[in-house]
Amino acid sequence: MGIGKTAFGAFPDRTLRSLAVEAGEKCMQDAGVSPSQIEAFYLGNFAGPSFVGQNHLAPYIAGSLGLTGVPCTRFEAACASGGSAFFHAVSSVAAGLNDIVLVAGVEKMTSQTTPKVTEILAGAGDMAGEGRAGATFPALFAMIARRHMYQYGTTREQLAAVAVKNHANGAKNPLAHMRKVITMEQALAGKMISEPLTVFDCSLISDGAAAVVIVPLERASEFTDQPVRILGIAQTSDYVALDAKADITTFWAVREAAEKAYKMARVTARDIEFAEVHDCFTIAEIVATEDLGFVKKGEGGPYALEGRTCLRAERPVNASGGLKAKGHPVGATGVGQICDVALQIRGEAGELQLNRHSLGLAQNLGGSGATAVVTVLGGI
Amino acid sequence: MSTVVNTGVIYTETVVHAAPAEFVADAPYQLAIVSLDGGGRLTARITGERVKIGDKVELAETRNGTEFFRLAAPSGHGSV
Repeated sequence: MGIGKTAFGAFPDRTLRSLAVEAGEKCMQDAGVSPSQIEAFYLGNFAGPSFVGQNHLAPYIAGSLGLTGVPCTRFEAACASGGSAFFHAVSSVAAGLNDIVLVAGVEKMTSQTTPKVTEILAGAGDMAGEGRAGATFPALFAMIARRHMYQYGTTREQLAAVAVKNHANGAKNPLAHMRKVITMEQALAGKMISEPLTVFDCSLISDGAAAVVIVPLERASEFTDQPVRILGIAQTSDYVALDAKADITTFWAVREAAEKAYKMARVTARDIEFAEVHDCFTIAEIVATEDLGFVKKGEGGPYALEGRTCLRAERPVNASGGLKAKGHPVGATGVGQICDVALQIRGEAGELQLNRHSLGLAQNLGGSGATAVVTVLGGI
Repeated sequence: MSTVVNTGVIYTETVVHAAPAEFVADAPYQLAIVSLDGGGRLTARITGERVKIGDKVELAETRNGTEFFRLAAPSGHGSV
């Protein structure tokens, strides 16, 4: 398995294609494979057609990578587009259809104004219902936060603790969009986006790309003496509209995906040593730690505030800085998480290297929980 | 649902400050998920006084296909 990532950030001079090509080339170089060896290309991209006006993106990018004559397909599952592309790529290798597969994720968001980006992102919700009423993505997660606070006593400080921790980690990540430490006071005093979420509770609008190469385990030794194993993976779904869900303080799709992935990997939540979770908003990280089984339902807030997810805790969450600090180029995120977990397993995470790093998890969420992908990765 | 149920209880709410392009002129505005008395939930706008979880609300009007609810007038009868 090879990995490759661009820096995430606002890059006015970079095109969507150049970002994806950079990640793809880095990844093939890392894996020691040439474009002619790639048997299929899976691309995660949420809204390239809306953000940059380009359709037919998979062969468009593949062609620039020197890949032709192979199946090239784009996967769209909102913020889980990258995770979904990865899941389907893994499925094709596991089914024996392909041996050497390239998966990339890319998004180019910063060429649009913030209200326009907000509008495009809202399209991942139910546009005939919540969208028509004026729901933004921050608004949907703000409503989740309000309900979580109401049911479990979660506080603003507990939400802010997620932001403070992820900014502290991101400051040490050379590829992060926001490499800036923030204090609890700053986090609490941020500009209001959708009450109770401030700008510091929201992930960033970013450009970026990430890529991985997948091969069957029995062929891994041809490419590397330090393979990262995909031990378990699942993609699941739920209703798109938030108002269609019985309990919005939990993402059922995440719980089901985690259960399936743990079962496939023959592990339990307790065995997971570290995780990269989908903190598109601070409340999403708190809910994720509950849904993944790291802590009981309703206890994610205190778990965050007590520092039990920080870099030197027993089970660090978002050591990379998470979407909050790394940035959230939507389609790239799910693939980027796989890269970050793989980097830890290989022991190549630099200043962010964790002490226990042999069993990691990536959790990618689409929309307000309509798609979830959970992957368990381990060393040999 | 074939008929519009016009009363309910606030399940959750937020006040949107950063609006999508189409609704920038309306911001800040309150948005809520209303648990309808007849069953089911609806994402709607709030007009008038701010509401919080558990408040009883009633339909005030429907504008451009969006329901606007307001705090229900206190009364000793009616459904809850």
